[in-house]
Amino acid sequence: MKFMDEYRDAAIAKQYADAIRSTVTRPWNIMEICGGQTHAIVKFGIDELLPPDLSLVHGPGCPVCVTPLEIIDKALSIAARPEVIFCSFGDMLRVPGSTTDLFSVKAGGGDVRIVYSPMDAVKLAAANPDREVVFFAVGFETTAPANGMAVFQANRLNLKNFSILVSHVLVPPAMEAILSSPLNCVQGFLAAGHVCTVMGFTEYEPLATKYKIPIVVTGFEPLDILQGIYMCVKQLEEGRAEVENQYSRSVRRDGNFPAQEILRQVFRIIPRKWRGVGEIPQSGFGLAEEYSSFDAEVRFGLADYTAEESAECISGLVLQGQKKPFECPAFGTRCTPEHPLGATMVSSEGACAAYYLYRRRKTPSVAVSS
Amino acid sequence: MTFKDDSKLFAAACPIPLDQYPHVTLAHGGGGRLMHQLIEKCFIGAFGALNPESRHDAALLPRLTGRLAFTTDSYVVHPLFFPGGDIGSMAVHGTVNDLAMAGARPLYLSTGFILEEGLPMETLWRVVQSMQSAAAEAGVRIVTGDTKVVDRGKGDGLFINTAGVGVIEHDRIIAPVSVKPGDAILINGDLGRHGIAIMAVREGLEFETTIESDSASVSGTVQKLIDAGIEIHCLRDLTRGGLASTLNEIADATRTEICVKELAIAVREDVRGACEMLGFDPLYVANEGRFAAFIAASDAARALEILRADSPDSQASIIGSVVGPSDPGLVTLTSRIGANRVLDMLSGEQLPRIC
Repeated sequence: MKFMDEYRDAAIAKQYADAIRSTVTRPWNIMEICGGQTHAIVKFGIDELLPPDLSLVHGPGCPVCVTPLEIIDKALSIAARPEVIFCSFGDMLRVPGSTTDLFSVKAGGGDVRIVYSPMDAVKLAAANPDREVVFFAVGFETTAPANGMAVFQANRLNLKNFSILVSHVLVPPAMEAILSSPLNCVQGFLAAGHVCTVMGFTEYEPLATKYKIPIVVTGFEPLDILQGIYMCVKQLEEGRAEVENQYSRSVRRDGNFPAQEILRQVFRIIPRKWRGVGEIPQSGFGLAEEYSSFDAEVRFGLADYTAEESAECISGLVLQGQKKPFECPAFGTRCTPEHPLGATMVSSEGACAAYYLYRRRKTPSVAVSS
Repeated sequence: MTFKDDSKLFAAACPIPLDQYPHVTLAHGGGGRLMHQLIEKCFIGAFGALNPESRHDAALLPRLTGRLAFTTDSYVVHPLFFPGGDIGSMAVHGTVNDLAMAGARPLYLSTGFILEEGLPMETLWRVVQSMQSAAAEAGVRIVTGDTKVVDRGKGDGLFINTAGVGVIEHDRIIAPVSVKPGDAILINGDLGRHGIAIMAVREGLEFETTIESDSASVSGTVQKLIDAGIEIHCLRDLTRGGLASTLNEIADATRTEICVKELAIAVREDVRGACEMLGFDPLYVANEGRFAAFIAASDAARALEILRADSPDSQASIIGSVVGPSDPGLVTLTSRIGANRVLDMLSGEQLPRIC
């Protein structure tokens, strides 16, 4: 497929793997921020091509994983109301709340619908004036502009029956939280290419300087990731700590201005809870004052609800790179994709689910003869 | 247009006068004259009667020589009509294929209709016509059936159950128990078209091309493999859960390890594009005309020739092999960049990803 197969070429992948191997002289820990990158790494087996000294740490960039338990509970409570059409991206339906998930709410009679764009939810609201249409606005800076645009359009259309349940989080504050932890083991970052397509990468420059850490803005195809890793280890070996852009076919230093403009209009920056991590200051979006009437938490009286997470789940440590999924005693036994204890096991992009799906073997891999 | 096509067109007119009952009513399932009219005109009109003595509570089948295979499946697809097929053709293909997977020659089908009150009679007739043409193509007869009508709102228009009988005319045991380390694994063509075709219509997704379902009978193809004396150990259709789930089921049932190569598995460009957009893996997407064949390695090349000659455009291939009991139950995939990973069974259905 054009613009895709070029970035999945086995011969070039091997060249990059060789280049990485000949560059690395000592152990390094590199964190890929984004769940999409984690997914590609395990799906294509990229980590198998790397030297053993080089560890990839799977970061907190899976929106499904970091959405806090209490927001899931709020979603479940709203979705169960008879007047509500609850719209969500597909993979949020399986995320467990304190007692149930959206699939079960749907089976119990809740009108829960999978949509592919927040604008579909706006259309539903216009077509169903007697129902309350709620969109579950989850994700990083990547999905926030489209979700912001949905609110902007609903406001223009004067739709009184549309609202969004906001759980938007931001990448740079999470990186800073990881770097400032006394237990931090991350020495280099692959920043998330899609987030930077929207936001640019100027925000990362002070982080690279302050924490003396290389940050490479990286794409999602196997060759993108291998090249990003190569650029990162090269900086580490040469003692540099800069922001570099591997994903230049999509990312400009200043990002996408119209997308940023809609974010500025519709949202404001607020502290946010991250599942498994806890609250990080100034790490998410909430609706701006002017658009607060579209806030589903306010509309359905849920703003003050809180919930505690499972004590056994170590997803917080996994998300910060301090533990690997298989170091958890519940991994693969009490915690599986069918019965996840924490959200890193729920989404296929979550580090635990990715390990469970792709790495669960007992003997060394056998190559298939060609 | 040929004469044959013309005759098909003329036959497509619904034999129950629409001005009388343009929609299915509860009375059509009530056992009275309306139900008899429906059975006579619509069902027997399309499927024919096997023999005069079969117009009875049960169809009387001729004596068969060989072991018998018997299977059943229910079909609840929405929408009823989709690019490349409909619920009727699927209900025939699915059951015919299940029989073929046991190494049987499919012969007779039953069909049970659960109709929702209000279903347009024209729709029912189109489905019945489609069943008959799929059955004729697959060389099977629909010999008995049943109709029930449920209240409006209690069904999704139309549900169909079919059961089928086939005869096994050879001595092989084509089943997971026969799978051995060293077996080659073949598939009869590209993957993922049925699931994506349904998804595209259901969700109103528009792609540059219309993706058509691969729904088809594979019975003729299987028969050719059997007739050529290919040492077939196991056959499995790649329906719900796709190739990945099937391979896992076989690896688990046979306590063997299976290795396949991603690059050997054909997926059409439009299907790959749709999967990339939705965050789906085509190896888990449903097919309705594809199967995996576990075949003695010495016969693999000959089997591939037969598959390719049977359907030159389908991109049939040898995708891997059963490697042995080292890691029983495990399926591994050599990715397109040459690294290995585990190909696991999904816990539920695939869900479109956020980003």
